Amino acid sequence: MSQSTLTIKDLHVAIDGKEILKGVNLEIKGGEFHAIMGPNGTGKSTLSSAIMGHPKYEVTQGTITLDGEDVLEMEVDERARAGLFLAMQYPSEITGVTNAEFLRSAVNARREEGDEISLMKFIRQMDGNMDLLEMDQDMAQRYLNEGFSGGEKKRNEILQLMTIEPKIAILDEIDSGLDIDALKVVSKGINKMRGEDFGCLMITHYQRLLNYITPDHVHVMMQGKIVKSGGAELAERLEAEGYDWIKQELGIEDETVQ
Amino acid sequence: MTETKWSVDESLIRDFSTANNEPEWLLNVRLDAFKKAEDLPLPKPDKTKIDKWNFTEFGAHNVQSAPFNALSALPEAAQAVIGEENDTQNVYVQRNNTPSILKLSDELKEAGVIFTDFATAAKEHSDLFQKYFMQQVVKADEHKLTALHAALVNGGIFLYVPKNVEIKEPVQAVFIHDDAQAALFNHVIVAAEANSSVTYVENYISTVKTEQGVANIVTEVIAGDNAQISYGAVDTLTENVTTYVNRRGITAPNARIEWSLGIMNDGNTVSENVTNLIGDGSYADTKMVVVGRGKQSMNFTTKVVHFGKHTEGYILKHGVMKDEAKSIFNGIGKIEHGASKSNAEQESRVLMLSEKARGDANPILLIDEDDVTAGHAASVGRVDPLQLYYLMSRGISQQEAERLVIHGFLAPVVNKLPIENVKKQLTGVIERKVRQ
Ligand SMILES: Nc1ncnc2c1ncn2[C@@H]1O[C@H](COP(=O)(O)OP(=O)(O)OP(=O)(O)O)[C@@H](O)[C@H]1O
Ligand SMILES: [Mg+2]
Repeated sequence: MSQSTLTIKDLHVAIDGKEILKGVNLEIKGGEFHAIMGPNGTGKSTLSSAIMGHPKYEVTQGTITLDGEDVLEMEVDERARAGLFLAMQYPSEITGVTNAEFLRSAVNARREEGDEISLMKFIRQMDGNMDLLEMDQDMAQRYLNEGFSGGEKKRNEILQLMTIEPKIAILDEIDSGLDIDALKVVSKGINKMRGEDFGCLMITHYQRLLNYITPDHVHVMMQGKIVKSGGAELAERLEAEGYDWIKQELGIEDETVQ
Repeated sequence: MTETKWSVDESLIRDFSTANNEPEWLLNVRLDAFKKAEDLPLPKPDKTKIDKWNFTEFGAHNVQSAPFNALSALPEAAQAVIGEENDTQNVYVQRNNTPSILKLSDELKEAGVIFTDFATAAKEHSDLFQKYFMQQVVKADEHKLTALHAALVNGGIFLYVPKNVEIKEPVQAVFIHDDAQAALFNHVIVAAEANSSVTYVENYISTVKTEQGVANIVTEVIAGDNAQISYGAVDTLTENVTTYVNRRGITAPNARIEWSLGIMNDGNTVSENVTNLIGDGSYADTKMVVVGRGKQSMNFTTKVVHFGKHTEGYILKHGVMKDEAKSIFNGIGKIEHGASKSNAEQESRVLMLSEKARGDANPILLIDEDDVTAGHAASVGRVDPLQLYYLMSRGISQQEAERLVIHGFLAPVVNKLPIENVKKQLTGVIERKVRQ
C-alpha cells in the first residue's frame, strides 16, 4: 500500500437548503494526524458527514478527491471501500444484528465473493482488537450499539476502525463521553493505526485527547470555514485561552454558522 | 363459481372420490359443500379486498406426478429441510397431488401413532377421521373458500397421537409443487390425545412457475387434555399462486398449542390463524414472520379466542415489505364472558423498505369479562435511512445493509421460535427472499 491523499477544495455544503460550510480547504495525507477544533455549531460534523456522503447533506460547490478519484461521485459504501472511514459522533443502533455479524459483513464487503474471511481468522482478529480496547467479549454478540453506553459506542467505533484499516479516518468527537481510562484505551487503539498508510482527522473540543495522540496539524473552524491552522501548539493555546483571541484577531463576532 | 367455463363439476368430484375409494360419508360432505359453495360469500379479511382474486381458476384438479423413490431424489430445497435420511425419521412427501414418500418409525407405529396421507386416512381410518374432518374446528359452510376446500380437497395428511404418547423428534410433511397445472387443496389434521405431545413441521415448496394457480389449505389442530402441540410451517409458494391458508386449533383443559409460521409465499395470500382456547388453563402462542416482495398483497389474521378460565394467548408477528408489496396484519385477542383470569397479549410490527411498500397493523382486543389482563403493541414504519447510512459507511453495499436490517428486524421473532428446524429454515428462506 502507498500513501493516500484526501483533498478538499472550496467545499460548500447545505442542509435543508441552508448553507453550513462556506469554502473549506484541507488536505490530509497518509502518515499525518490532523485535529479540527472549534466552538459548537461551526460545521465540524457537517464536514465529516459531507466527506462520508450522509444523505441529508448536499454539496453545492467544491471538490473532494481521494488520490485523484472524485469522492463526490461515489456512493457511501464506495467511499468506504475506497478507503474512507468516519467514526460518528452519534452512531446508529441496529437491533437484531450482532456486532460480530456486522463487522464480518464489513470485512467481507472488501473481499471478493468466494474469498470471504474464515470465521476462525475473523474471530481471532476481533478478539485481539477487543482485548486491546478492553471490551467485554460479550459485546461481540450484542446487537449493534443497542443499549451501549456512550463510552462503549466510542470504543466500538474504534474497534471498527481497527478491523477495517482504512486509508483515511475521520474521528468525530471520539473522546466525548469517555472516562480517563477509556480515553487512554481508545487512544492506544488509534495510535496503533499510525503509519505511512494511515491518515487521520480528529474532531475534538479538548486538548486531553491530543495529549495522547499528538497532531501534526491543528485547524480551527468557525462560521463554516477553517479560519486558522497551526501545529500542536495551537491546540494548547486554545485550551489555555479559549477562542476569543482568534475571534478578535479575525474580527469575528458570532462564530456559529449564520 | 358463476363462470360457465369452469372445469369443476359434480361428476368430477364423484369420479375423484370413486378413484380414491373414499367412504360414502366423505363423498357426501364433498357434494354438499360443493352445492353450498355456489351461494356462500367469500371471507372478508379486514382491509383487503379479495373479490377479484383468483380462487377458482387452475390447471387441473388432480395431476398425476411420478413419485420420488427416495429422499435423495427430492429437489434440493426439499432435501435441505428434511436432512439426511435415517431410520427414526417421520416424514411425508407429497408431490403436487400425489403421495410420494411416507416414513413412520416402528416405535411410533407400535405406540399407535397414525401418520398417513389424506386418501389413506379417509379409507383406512374412516371412523376416526370422520370425527375430525371439518367437524369441530373448521366447518365447510363458513364461507365460499372453506366450502370449496371441503368439496375439492385432494391431498394433505392425518397425524394422530394416542393418549400419553410423547413424540420427541419433529414429524415433517413436505408439499412439493413442481407441476404448473397443479392445484393444492390440502387438508391437515393433527390430533393429539390427552397428555401426549408432538411437534409437526410442514413446508410448501414451489419449484415451478405458473400462469395461475390456487392453494386452498386448511389445517385442523385438536389438542386433548394437557396435550402439547407445536406446529411449524414454512410456506414458499410461487408468484401466481393465490393462497388461502387457514390454520386453526382448539384446546381441551391445560392443553397448549404453539404456532411457528413463516409465510414467505410470493403470491397473493390470505392467512388465517385462529386458536380457540376452550378448556380451562389452556394456552396458545403464535409467532409469525413474513416477507413480502414484488407486487404481492397479503392479509394475515391471527386470532386467539379465550373461552376457558385461566387461559393465555400470545401473538407476536413481524413482517417486512419490500418493493410494492402490501400487507395487513390483523391481530385479535378475544376474551369471552366467563373466561376469567385470562391473559391476551399481542405484538405486531411491520417494516417497509421502499416508498411503495405498504403495511398496516390492526391490533384488536375484544373483552367480555372483567377479571382479565390484556395488552397490545403495534408499529408500522419505514427503514431508518440513518441505519443504512451507518452500515454503508463501513463499506457494506445497500443491498447487504438492507439484508442486515431485515434480518435484524425479524430476529426477535425468529430467535424465539420453539422449533429449531423452522428457525434454521427461515433464516435461509428469508435470505433468499430478500436477496432477489
Ligand atoms: N438538519 C439540519 N437543519 C438545519 N440546520 C442544521 C441541521 N443539521 C445541522 N444544522 C446546523 O448546522 C450547523 C453546524 O452543525 P454541525 O453539527 O456541523 O456542528 P459542529 O461543529 O459539529 O458542532 P458540535 O461541536 O456541537 O458537534 C449548526 O448550526 C446546526 O444547527
Ligand atoms: Mg459535531
